[in-house]
Amino acid sequence: MNAARKLACVVVLAVCAASLAAPWLAPSGYAKQFREDPGSPPSRSHWLGTDEIGRDRFARVLYGTRISLLLAPAAALISTLLAAMVGGLAGYLGGIWLRVATGLTDLFLSLPWLFLLITVRAVLPLNVSPVLSVLITFLILGLLGWAASARVLCTSAQSLRTSDFIVQARASGLHGSRLFFVHVLPNLKPVLYAQFWISIPVFILSEANLGILGLGVAEPLPSWGSLLRELEGLVSFRGEPWRLVSLLLLIVVMTSFQTLLSKEEVAA
Amino acid sequence: MLLWKITRHLLGIVGIVLLGGLISATLVRLAPGFDTDEHQLDPSLSAESVRAMQAARAGEHNVLRYYARYLRGVLHGDLGVSHSLDQPVRTLIHDRWPVTLKVAGVGLVLGWLIATALALAMSLPRVASFEIFGTAVSGAFLCIPAAVLALLSVIWNSPGYLAIALIVFPKIYRYTRNLLAKAYAMPHITAARARGLREARILFWHVLPPAAPQMIALAGITVSIALGASIPVESLCGLPGIGQLAWQAALSRDLPLLVNLTALVTLVTLLANSGADVIVHMVRSREA
Repeated sequence: MNAARKLACVVVLAVCAASLAAPWLAPSGYAKQFREDPGSPPSRSHWLGTDEIGRDRFARVLYGTRISLLLAPAAALISTLLAAMVGGLAGYLGGIWLRVATGLTDLFLSLPWLFLLITVRAVLPLNVSPVLSVLITFLILGLLGWAASARVLCTSAQSLRTSDFIVQARASGLHGSRLFFVHVLPNLKPVLYAQFWISIPVFILSEANLGILGLGVAEPLPSWGSLLRELEGLVSFRGEPWRLVSLLLLIVVMTSFQTLLSKEEVAA
Repeated sequence: MLLWKITRHLLGIVGIVLLGGLISATLVRLAPGFDTDEHQLDPSLSAESVRAMQAARAGEHNVLRYYARYLRGVLHGDLGVSHSLDQPVRTLIHDRWPVTLKVAGVGLVLGWLIATALALAMSLPRVASFEIFGTAVSGAFLCIPAAVLALLSVIWNSPGYLAIALIVFPKIYRYTRNLLAKAYAMPHITAARARGLREARILFWHVLPPAAPQMIALAGITVSIALGASIPVESLCGLPGIGQLAWQAALSRDLPLLVNLTALVTLVTLLANSGADVIVHMVRSREA
């Protein structure tokens, strides 16, 4: 591991640790309003100041980071499992299954990602509790984001299907699910891991886009999307640079993810 | 051969659009609140009017019947009526489409210009600091959500197409840069340099032609990225295009409008990808 990847790893771990320690680092919580102090600049009691309605910005950044960084991997896990089921199985089975899976994948990939997201999000109720809005947002990301990974897995499974050791396993009498689970799936693991890690930053950015458009996590729960929405009221950066902390944190974490995902992993 | 390829693409597009339409119709039908109509709560309406409205919606209960009726309407140029804006969807699309075409089109062209210029600049001198600069700039833009770039565009009072250009540029740059790097690493390029061929001749005769098919394919894909980016850019920059319309439709859960818009954008994306595919096929068959 080179120095840049080590640094990126440290940054991601530090941000994760800080967000998990949010109840201790910011005991006031993300929803408590300091009504006498709305829109205040950084001070000893509020390290990043307060937002328009007097909530501690530091606490909101920590809790928002926690939601985005914990649930994006969960959504990535769902999408990778779906991709393994659709792409991996279709590539392994071939024939009509492969054609159906390819058609389904083509359909999902031909829909522009944001259009698909907002359409499916709009199908579900918008006025829901904050916790439910978090679950809906990340569940949608997980359930819709499988297509690109499925295509990669399908190609890998297809090449595995015709590989020597699978042919030999077949000749030895191994068939069906046993052959898939014992020999094919373990060999797809590196591709699965790569797709899982690639999906995380994609889902973090998608949630941020949905949040800024008002279709993501509902108030008062913070997420990077809802935190970035605060930029909407900004006229210039000169007066209140501390309002950019959530954006800077997002860029730092995303850059770290990019550094961690080396070319070899992406290619896998 | 080419005609067969085009026909196969068109059939594929029709199939995908029909399947996508059916899935969308099912989603619309299963969406919570589909059966309710706020207009029925209007106290000024008589019982007969309410019954007539209920009867009008009764035909939409069966998904297949609902979809068949919708398709019949589409064939006659009727895309339905927007619930939230109370206007025919066709009129809304007709009014808004030129704005999106202009913003996404100019943004896409600008994005391609920036990306290819930067990729070429990084490829020619082969200086490590240039390489780091290109990777850092494209990496930074890849890490910023499209909606944030749109917000920054509002704050800095810059045009919406610039935001779209900055959204598509890093993706084009990364891909083009890799393509050019691979092409420049070929042994015949080293031989051409050793024989004293000028850089411009090497670029236009030996580097760009082998990279062209993949760049054309990328051009098709970037249409989809630019159209997707039009949602946050138009919504946050106040541009009355298809993206803003889709966002308004999503916020007011105007599903018929949203489904029509998604189908339209999907169709455009598919046509762009298929067009790129056919051009690549033509280029390759001419080379062969």
